[in-house]
Amino acid sequence: MSEKVLMKGNEAIAEAAVAAGCRHYFGYPITPQTEIPEYMSKRMPQVGGVFLQAESEVAAINMVYGAAGAGARVMTSSSSPGISLKQEGISYTAGAELPCLIVNIMRGGPGLGGIQPAQSDYFQATKGGGHGGYRNIVLAPNSVQEMADLTMLGFSLADQYRNPVMLLGDGVIGQMMEPVEIKENNTRAVEKPWAAVGMHGRAKPNIINSLYLKANELEDHNNRLQKKYALMRGNEMRWEEIHTQDAELILVAYGITARIAQSAIDIARENGKKAGLLRPISLWPFPEPPFVRLAKTATAFLTLELSAGQMIEDVRLATRDAKPVYFYGRTGGMIMSPMEIYQEITKILDGKEGK
Amino acid sequence: MRHEIIMSGFGGQGVLLMGQILTYAGMLEEKHVSWIPSYGPEMRGGTANCSVIITEGLAGSPMVEEPTAAVVLNLPSLDKFEAAVRVNGVLIVNSSLIDKAVKRQDIKVYHVPVNDIAIELGNLKMANMVALGALIAAIDAVEMEVLFTAFAKKFASKPQVIEANKAAINRGYDYVKKSLN
Repeated sequence: MSEKVLMKGNEAIAEAAVAAGCRHYFGYPITPQTEIPEYMSKRMPQVGGVFLQAESEVAAINMVYGAAGAGARVMTSSSSPGISLKQEGISYTAGAELPCLIVNIMRGGPGLGGIQPAQSDYFQATKGGGHGGYRNIVLAPNSVQEMADLTMLGFSLADQYRNPVMLLGDGVIGQMMEPVEIKENNTRAVEKPWAAVGMHGRAKPNIINSLYLKANELEDHNNRLQKKYALMRGNEMRWEEIHTQDAELILVAYGITARIAQSAIDIARENGKKAGLLRPISLWPFPEPPFVRLAKTATAFLTLELSAGQMIEDVRLATRDAKPVYFYGRTGGMIMSPMEIYQEITKILDGKEGK
Repeated sequence: MRHEIIMSGFGGQGVLLMGQILTYAGMLEEKHVSWIPSYGPEMRGGTANCSVIITEGLAGSPMVEEPTAAVVLNLPSLDKFEAAVRVNGVLIVNSSLIDKAVKRQDIKVYHVPVNDIAIELGNLKMANMVALGALIAAIDAVEMEVLFTAFAKKFASKPQVIEANKAAINRGYDYVKKSLN
């Protein structure tokens, strides 16, 4: 057991990646995630790894493609506008089935937007982002400890499924400091017989590629990918529930918003209002089972996001619209307070709110 | 008690460090803690600030809107946070740089000349630690010994600065304790 230390969320990602055996980092600075490349630039040389500040985000993601193709444990990180630039490379990485970790510490958009925290890249992260119909596993930490733990988990899942994994954080969790324990490496070492590292006596070369010019072969490839995605759906749904058992109103939130929601639920419970929290930890695959169950016991859901409403679509699908799904969000880098959420809770439970 | 603290001053006055050392001390006391800086664009000479939470319960949201205590090291910080302090809360005012009167009557205000005390101790850079000592005297968020331990851990690579900063923290603490008597 290592000692608890006080770290920024961004630093915890970087240190956990090093602990997980990541020795290749390619990136480009952008607020609010620049602590990750800053930390890596100092740390990678100490452990014999590679830190490379690329000429652009596009270059960085393609360096990730190359390193992953050669079997290396590799990552990149950026924030919203930079992640948009990486989308072509992410699609290629998904197509070529290359394991890697991509960190997005979200800021407000669209366009260059601002540098303050947001959650408006949910669609981009969970519905594709790039072209061609692929899926990334998307993990959403809500504490500095989870920034570290989900980084390690992300590397494991990437290797296990030969698939890109995205860690989707926000400016608050990236910038805040909390006690964190960087655990010992708990990732599994996997064989990568597909990696392009020389012939090693094989007769056929390993080729890393996402190009299939024959339609039937590309369809076969897609069918195989879909089978893999179905497996991920079956195995990798993650969520946390707080006070949901007797809750009339289920708050649904991830990342920093889930913490604010938790504070709001404390206020609600003190005032005799039965609210609970369902926090998706994997945003893809979206954790449907608790929604199906809670749609039977709760009277309504309230989705909270730092966006104009994106995850709410998955909440409505998961609940099959069996119960009303309300929404409250802030955008542009504005952050809701626990009291704002409490007022929404009150409006809904006192029946003053239309669907 | 749940402490929600804002520390604010010019960039360079050391408010972020001051917050980190307090947060570190809270962690050493095994309390739930969080620290977050404001990282928005600020003009030169504007304010830098951070929010610190120290609590027995869950830290929850790390953002502080209505602080139980605020430390303001320059005039723009007073203007920005005076109104936000919770009723019966604490406001530590750097009277070396702020001569504007505090309007609030429903909070406890301590005027501490942290720059002058630090200069007297031989290093203006320690003004933040004088302010930190003053804050602890007013709100008892952590034990002084633990605060010293936190400072020593943070500056493990620069042990030569520890004693002087300890003295600075003590002077701030004594200044407020004397005004209480």
